Amino acid sequence: MFSQQHKAWSISVYVLALILAIPSLTIAAYVFYPASDIWGHLFDTVLADYVSNSLILMVGVGTGTLLIGVPSAWLIANTSFPGRSFFQWALLLPMAMPAYIIAYTYTGMLDYGGAVQQGIRSVFDVSYGEYWFPSIHSLGGAICMLSLVLYPYVYLLARAAFLNEPRSFVEVSRTLGQPPWKVFFTITLPIARPAIFTGLSLVLMETLADFGTVQYFGIDTFTTGIYRTWFGFGDSAAAAQLSACLMAFIFLLMSLERYGRKQSRFHHNDAGVYSVHLGGWKAAAAVMACGVPLCFGFILPTLQLAKWAISVSGEVVDLEFLQLCINSFVLALSAALIALFVATFIAYAKRFMQLPSLHFITRLAILGYAMPGTVLAVGIMIPLAWFDNSLDAWMSEHWGVSTGLLLSGSLFALLFAYTVRFLAASLQTVESGLEKIKPTIDDAARTLGASRIQLLTRVHFPLMKGSLLTAALMVFVDVLKELPATLILRPFNFNTLAVRAYELASDESLIDASVSAITIVLVGLIPIYLLSKSIQRSNDFQVDNIQVNHKQGPEQARPITGDT
Amino acid sequence: MNKYLISVGLVACLVLSAISSVSMADEVNVYSARKEKLIKPLLDSFTKETGITVNLVTGKADMLLKRLETEGKNSPADLFITTDAGRLYRAKQAGVLQTIDSKAINNIVPANLRDSENQWFSLSLRARPIFYVTESVNPQELSSYEDLADEKWNKKICIRSSNNIYNQSLVASMLATNGPEATLEWAKKFVNNLAIPPRGGDRDQIKAAAAGVCDLAIANTYYLGKMLTAKDGQKEAAAKVKIFWPNQSDRGTHINVSGAGVTAHAKNKDNAVKLLEHLLTKDSQKWYSQVNHEYPVRADVEWSPMLKGWGEFKSDEINMSMLGEFNHEAVKIMDLAGWK
Repeated sequence: MFSQQHKAWSISVYVLALILAIPSLTIAAYVFYPASDIWGHLFDTVLADYVSNSLILMVGVGTGTLLIGVPSAWLIANTSFPGRSFFQWALLLPMAMPAYIIAYTYTGMLDYGGAVQQGIRSVFDVSYGEYWFPSIHSLGGAICMLSLVLYPYVYLLARAAFLNEPRSFVEVSRTLGQPPWKVFFTITLPIARPAIFTGLSLVLMETLADFGTVQYFGIDTFTTGIYRTWFGFGDSAAAAQLSACLMAFIFLLMSLERYGRKQSRFHHNDAGVYSVHLGGWKAAAAVMACGVPLCFGFILPTLQLAKWAISVSGEVVDLEFLQLCINSFVLALSAALIALFVATFIAYAKRFMQLPSLHFITRLAILGYAMPGTVLAVGIMIPLAWFDNSLDAWMSEHWGVSTGLLLSGSLFALLFAYTVRFLAASLQTVESGLEKIKPTIDDAARTLGASRIQLLTRVHFPLMKGSLLTAALMVFVDVLKELPATLILRPFNFNTLAVRAYELASDESLIDASVSAITIVLVGLIPIYLLSKSIQRSNDFQVDNIQVNHKQGPEQARPITGDT
Repeated sequence: MNKYLISVGLVACLVLSAISSVSMADEVNVYSARKEKLIKPLLDSFTKETGITVNLVTGKADMLLKRLETEGKNSPADLFITTDAGRLYRAKQAGVLQTIDSKAINNIVPANLRDSENQWFSLSLRARPIFYVTESVNPQELSSYEDLADEKWNKKICIRSSNNIYNQSLVASMLATNGPEATLEWAKKFVNNLAIPPRGGDRDQIKAAAAGVCDLAIANTYYLGKMLTAKDGQKEAAAKVKIFWPNQSDRGTHINVSGAGVTAHAKNKDNAVKLLEHLLTKDSQKWYSQVNHEYPVRADVEWSPMLKGWGEFKSDEINMSMLGEFNHEAVKIMDLAGWK
């Protein structure tokens, strides 16, 4: 009985993972297409530029997000300073800002025609070229823009890791006289590394997939190259082959990271908030470390958008606009719930069943996150249309009825696309939450007679609530911003906020797009606030519970001193 | 239990999507690369006049084309609308369009503005002339696109990225006229004359010229129109430049078109043709020029005051299919010339 059930579970998880991997496999299959003459041309002319720009962008955005995300996460988790409880959730806000919108906004402010340079020219009475001003439309500018909106991924995961840090390690090394900075680099950081890497890998994948920002800034990356090959040369097969190269590169990176992580697997149950009170200049520095990214990543661009939005709001906000908000919200919520369910299902299958090939398939499936959205959409469109047309042909032949297109161009296609696209975020976040739970807890619960379901609902869910909510939040906000797949897969007469913002912004009138853009931000704001509050509560709960367990458990002898 | 739930769910999905895909009697389905804001009012007036419901999906032309291709004979789309000739050509090559024999349409749309087999038709014209800063440029120094390769314009020109279809079409039109060698040589010198690396959109080029970054900008005229009617500071920037119509002594100023074609597997073909005809009526044609500052396809439609103010010009009468035919080679040449 048990083994039969086990079999059913493993088959269904395999089927699910394979279905999710179909888009990646579809694109990868293009490798077997005959190579066109474009390849030679690309090699001779622009490919080197594409690759080097993409690499610089990755290194830059990776460094930028680490420099912003890790220190702020550490400060929030381990210290107290004025405004800490505000920054704790507010630091997530830039997540709600689509990258291309922030790019347009800063262009509006900082470019030669913008208020800042106009001010310089009129105040100092100089003309363009007679003063130095860094161009926002540069590789550096793109790195800044992407770092500002992507650092929350690192922050979210790093904060969770720091909050769950085994306190005893830190205390022991502090007792042994190690200075705090040394403790940070030798204890805290290495232990949080898997989580930080997960955040970083999400950042890097989003960076590679970005098209809107780099295209607007005139930077040729691998992704703009894919689009150019497709839209310029009209060669979608070569574009898919380039995407397959990109996927192979990401796959390699992920495998390397997995390999590196193998040696360092941490399970512990003595997490605790090691809170240092900061005062004076240290507090000021902490406020700066959290305030600057918040200010540039959210407050400043939002104010600019708000200023624009107020000037046009009268014409744009009507019943139809309300419908856009509802569409976006419902779509994001459904996608978040589906992604959460799928991610939890797969993560558990990976934990409880020894299914080595499942790891391989899921790693393939999560590549969707790094693919340019348009390419992923094609990877979804082709198999869905194939299914629809085959079914139609079969039904017509045997039953004389035409079923037409069932799944293509339906909301199902959209939700499927979102599930695949953001699987990397949901699955990795759920997994990193699950990894923190010691296998011995499972054993203990099972020995005490808990069924698998009870283990799940009574032991794991309370412990993982933070990670689950984080995963749902990421997918929700990402879907709200998602553009390329939504644009091409959506049904007739169906629009979202992101589509509206894009249509207006791509008409080069950001002012008209500002109402939709700011609404995306506002709709994203609500779940960010609510969820981060509840993530916080679940962290507190977790910490409290574990501390209680300590005091009652056999490890009572271990000193729990050092509470601030 | 689980299996039962899953199968119920699947059946529900199938039934729901079947219901939604059952076509109503009087409707027409449109895939449009024209933004909703710039097509919906015309579709609404069509529904009002004929009672035919119009269903719309907007998106990027190449993606919509891919969607048409993969959906194949079951595609719900009846009419495919794009904003450039290159994509219409590509759609024809992909075999997703069909020939429409309508005398009414053929009488309105000149031969060079429609497909040789009448698979697609232009709906509006978009000119891409030179904009010069009135303060620093004497328009008598300007003559043609070819002349922009001259050394006197060194570091004085602003133009957007070669990823942009309008630039690709411009180079394609030069390829069709001047041949590959001359065009490549021109492109190399032209790129040398750029004031800054290409970036931003067409409006950004005009703004850059107005801010003193460059003396000349190349952009589509309707962007100037939009800047002049915008609510913010764009108006002041737009007021600093004027339009110069190049190549008036030879082939004429480069134009591109927005256009449409009826899909190969259209289930509402008659309605699609009716809609096509509606988009070519005098009223609709006037709307393009008044709302989006585009030029009408019909000769018998009065221009908006804005267009009149920019003056009449001779446009390049090259067959629009050429822009599509030479697009691939144009992109290659731009890559070779280092046009970012």
